[in-house]
Amino acid sequence: MNARSLFIPATLFLVLAFLIGPFLIIVAASFSAGETLAFPPQGFSLRWIAKVFTVDSFRASFAMSMFLAVGGTAAALVLGIPASYALSRYRLPGAEIVRTIVSLPIIVPGIIVGLALLRYVVVPFGVGITPALFLAHTALILPYAVRVVSASLDNLRSDIEEAAVLLGSSRMGAFFRVVMPNIKGGILSAFILGFVTSFNQVPVSLFLSGPGVRTLPVDMIAYMEIVFDPSVAALSSLLAFLSIGIVFAAERFLGFSRYV
Amino acid sequence: MSDAYLSLEKLTLAYGDTVAVGNLDLDIGKGELIALLGPSGCGKTTTMRAIAGLLPVKSGHIRLDGTDMTRTPPNKRAVGLVFQSYALFPHLSVYENVAFGLKLKGMRGSELDQKVRGGLTSVGLSSFADRKPAELSGGQQQRVALARSMVMEPKVLLLDEPLSNLDARLRLEMRTELQRVQKETGVTMIFVTHDQTEALSLADRIVVMKNGAIEQIGTPEDIYNRPASAFVADFVGFENIFALDQGKLKTEHGLADPSGALPGEALSAAGLAWRPRMVTLGSGPFRGTVRGTSFAGDRREYLLASDLGPIKAEVDASEPVHAPDAEIAFDLPAAKAAPLKRFA
Ligand SMILES: Nc1ncnc2c1ncn2[C@@H]1O[C@H](COP(=O)(O)OP(=O)(O)O)[C@@H](O)[C@H]1O
Ligand SMILES: [Mg+2]
Repeated sequence: MNARSLFIPATLFLVLAFLIGPFLIIVAASFSAGETLAFPPQGFSLRWIAKVFTVDSFRASFAMSMFLAVGGTAAALVLGIPASYALSRYRLPGAEIVRTIVSLPIIVPGIIVGLALLRYVVVPFGVGITPALFLAHTALILPYAVRVVSASLDNLRSDIEEAAVLLGSSRMGAFFRVVMPNIKGGILSAFILGFVTSFNQVPVSLFLSGPGVRTLPVDMIAYMEIVFDPSVAALSSLLAFLSIGIVFAAERFLGFSRYV
Repeated sequence: MSDAYLSLEKLTLAYGDTVAVGNLDLDIGKGELIALLGPSGCGKTTTMRAIAGLLPVKSGHIRLDGTDMTRTPPNKRAVGLVFQSYALFPHLSVYENVAFGLKLKGMRGSELDQKVRGGLTSVGLSSFADRKPAELSGGQQQRVALARSMVMEPKVLLLDEPLSNLDARLRLEMRTELQRVQKETGVTMIFVTHDQTEALSLADRIVVMKNGAIEQIGTPEDIYNRPASAFVADFVGFENIFALDQGKLKTEHGLADPSGALPGEALSAAGLAWRPRMVTLGSGPFRGTVRGTSFAGDRREYLLASDLGPIKAEVDASEPVHAPDAEIAFDLPAAKAAPLKRFA
């Protein structure tokens, strides 16, 4: 083989190495028997994996992250599904503008969203830390919810709603009887996407976290500043496998990637 | 008309400020099978949607079975609509699709089951009850949609282009099916089509529409043999159409005498029309040059250039063949012509 024909496989290898390499290093580091986060790991043990479950702040922040991810996503869907429906079914004046505004948080850096929320909502109105986090996460997930649900609504013919109405259903009834069941997959996908987005969110949470109330990623950063043992790596590995498991199950059962 | 079952009175329908159907008057008797015939965009679907209540009426009235239902919501009208796209519920089985409306009526248990099975049997789909719509052919989906509407025992059943998505063989089959269902149940049926053969073969009466207005209403024989206007004549296959001016044919090259005396009813007509097969070739007062010819099995078609303008003729294939560019005599016998009341 000459240099030219090596170029593509080499590039591919490098890309994969950069994508998967850090992940492999973290996973390897979580099984280390040593006292500090290091690579290559020193020996093999499960002690840091076990340690994760004994750290109180991890438990509290994990609960907070779960609450924000599940609650925020649910709230975003409750707002996002009717919004998507209205955007796709009615020719509303300014529908395009609404669509753009709703998508903005995807483009705007989280740091700006976090700062803006802190400076202009949380501080002036004295919003508590938990409600502020909840609000922020809902707002962050909303665009994903609208996009994914809209995509599955656009694939659904609107005449089935009219057919349902002519068979005696009310408009609202038609929505629940024939629209919702047909966008189930899209809603589930939006939920998973929202969940993962919220769970991995750092910058916004960083701005809004306060004494005693933190999300898991923020807590992990704080932990690492004080203690430099491999338990953070162990926790990261656990979370990574959890995410992979969820996405894999979703892809397997729902064809997740069709909607995103 | 006092015995009308469904009447549309001065019905005007619009999308925003664009009027799609204007001032439409139509009376339909109970149990009639009506075809709405017209080119694409003339307002057929719009009219159907208004009757079903899916499109608000701008002005005018819709009366059904003695009550004004201009403002009645669509789910209270007892009007069935079979969509052009069938609009089956993709997440429900064939059985559940047909049961959908009955369940909403509160029907349950064995009564429901009997009714659904009966509906499926009547369209020949009883063994497909558990399939999903996506697992059916277009023709089968069409029949599910028909059964789903029919089990509701609607006062009027509307069908939007019920045959246009089917292939030729299925189309014939479905045509027979529709006729049979209509005969067995006696339901008042209106179907939309842009295909004159469908309208002619199925309907009791045909309503020809143009630009959101009714051009002519009549039996298939009326429409086929006695078109009221140049538009209808053209639509049902009269390809040689002339305006009349003081008893003379108006052509590209001035007025021409018709061949033979005009029949009485043609004296006041605005135009005359001949089907290609009404044209006689080889004799007659007019002369034309053969510009094109095509063989159509038992018949042969000719396109002539003449002083009257282009003429389309169709003669028995057993008649002598005229070569391209040959100059031949032809006749448009006035006695055979269909007189047109309106020319525009
Ligand atoms: N949703 C709509 N919005 C605006 N104009 C429409 C809409 N649907 C139909 N039209 C217009 O109304 C006219 C009649 O359309 P339609 O009833 O669908 O015709 P047909 O069914 O005879 O083909 C057409 O000019 C069409 O462009
Ligand atoms: Mg149409």
